[in-house]
Amino acid sequence: MKTFGGPAIFLDRDDINTDEIIPAKYLTEISKMALKPHLLEDLLLAGKPFDNQSEAMQKAQVVIARANFGCGSSREHAVWAFEVNGINVVVAQSFARIFRQNMFNCGILAIELAQEEIAALFAMTGRITVRVDISEGMLRAASDDPRQAELRFSFSLNLFDRDLVSAGGWLEFADKKY
Amino acid sequence: MGKTIAQKIFASHLRDTPTSENMVLDLDVVLCHEITTPIAILDLMEKGMDRVFDPGKIKAVIDHVTPAKDSKTAMQGKIMRDWAKRHAIVDFFDIGKNGVCHALFPEKGYIRPGYTVIMGDSHTCTHGAFGAFAAGVGTTDLEVGIYKGVCSFRSPETMKISLTGKLGTGVTAKDVILAIIKKITVNGATDRIIEFGGPLLESLSMAARMTLCNMAIEAGGTSGICPPDRVTAEFLWPFIKDEYKNLDEAVNDFKKWHSDSDAEYVESLEIDVTALPPQVTVNFKPDQVRDITEMEGTPVDQVYIGSCTNGRIEDLRDAARILKNRTIAAGVRGIVTPATPLVYQMALQEGILAIFMDAGFCVLNPTCGACLGMSSGVLAEGEVCISTTNRNFNGRMGKGGMVHLASPYSAAAAAVTGVITDPRKFL
Repeated sequence: MKTFGGPAIFLDRDDINTDEIIPAKYLTEISKMALKPHLLEDLLLAGKPFDNQSEAMQKAQVVIARANFGCGSSREHAVWAFEVNGINVVVAQSFARIFRQNMFNCGILAIELAQEEIAALFAMTGRITVRVDISEGMLRAASDDPRQAELRFSFSLNLFDRDLVSAGGWLEFADKKY
Repeated sequence: MGKTIAQKIFASHLRDTPTSENMVLDLDVVLCHEITTPIAILDLMEKGMDRVFDPGKIKAVIDHVTPAKDSKTAMQGKIMRDWAKRHAIVDFFDIGKNGVCHALFPEKGYIRPGYTVIMGDSHTCTHGAFGAFAAGVGTTDLEVGIYKGVCSFRSPETMKISLTGKLGTGVTAKDVILAIIKKITVNGATDRIIEFGGPLLESLSMAARMTLCNMAIEAGGTSGICPPDRVTAEFLWPFIKDEYKNLDEAVNDFKKWHSDSDAEYVESLEIDVTALPPQVTVNFKPDQVRDITEMEGTPVDQVYIGSCTNGRIEDLRDAARILKNRTIAAGVRGIVTPATPLVYQMALQEGILAIFMDAGFCVLNPTCGACLGMSSGVLAEGEVCISTTNRNFNGRMGKGGMVHLASPYSAAAAAVTGVITDPRKFL
């Protein structure tokens, strides 16, 4: 099975919406790659514009956020904007339904952890790398800070969503089955 | 145990239950617009799957940016046009006949009680006003819908919101739904359907019910849904008159899409609207809502009246009541976009467009336009707009702009004074 994970970036806010992930003015693009520079362009964290060109952001393959991530519009462009930037996992306390389904439909992961587990991830020191094992249902977060112990959390994926990830997405799954 | 409306619709459309938590439903209608559909079309073409499950069940429109504003939006329109032609999709609405999808498709009678409906647009929940299960989906779900006529859902639960009391003068369905979102918050209905009910709902027009259901998604809801009744049957009558002997027969038939008296809800709320004042949002989340009396005096640069939330003839009539014999305050820009060509024509014939123009409004063709900051009224950094639309996210109508969501009455009142104003003063 495909492996998921990599360097993590932390977005410390609830209710990050799809307009912030990819503003509507870029929805005129018909190529997913064209979305690449605009990921999280309108995001505000603590009321301030987020730097979407930082080194940490460029390297990130995992996003960690708080509750109700991906609320708002149905635009799958939000998921594609992550995908074309090499991000294959979003970890949050909860997701908006359409965004969550769009992630699994594209064969990438939206993982829900409990509020205190998300808080523990945010409290980690150093640079964090996350590894996700779907078959074990285990998420491991390791730090480059030797004083920071690795954190492990088990998670459960909806079995159907897991099948979509294995199939490579919903179109592939539905094409075979229906 | 009894069933909710949604559970009855699910049971009658169930294709598969891949797990106990998931269901795959057969679709009655797949709605398409030019922002989320072209990528689905191109992907299907690339994969050698360029087919549609049933051209009669696909309804398509160019509405978000129309007329095209640049080469990219022109290409999105062209991809839609070519595709509709290639697959003989008859119900395709191009320039001259096009309007905001969630106003246009109901007007054409495409949405019926008991239907399953998807669209690559989060405000698809609007169509639940007809007693349908209607959900916004992403492009991949849309693609599968176009190709196979099915869609998967993690089975949603239903919460019931009973509306009681009487709406005060100058208070509308928009104020009610803003108050509801404030109460239940932006994720209060995630993975849930909001079933509206109660004596007040029975007295509301289809336009008002669509306004309520339209913003279910702003509370995270999968769909809003209203039990179909006489109001629904009267609205649909021109389209269903050959199927029923008379209106009463249709009303009775629609009762099969009512929740059973012993249906179970995950949560039930009762909201008495009698004392509710007009509502307006503050800041960047649709649950950040205040009584308009607390917001009075906030200056606005632009007033926008239109959209799938409040661009129907009833909404334009409301605004015109305040704008009649009045003019826009100096320095304020007013934009009105009737949601469909029919709304435009009615407004023209009723003298409403003349009232808007005499007041100093710019009358646009039907389009989604500035609601999502794509065209036709984008805000500059630091500008403020009072808008009858549904989202106030940061950057929504233009980077650095602020959007205050409100009813057509409240928007019109702000146009006249140049600041957020309690519209009841003018009524």
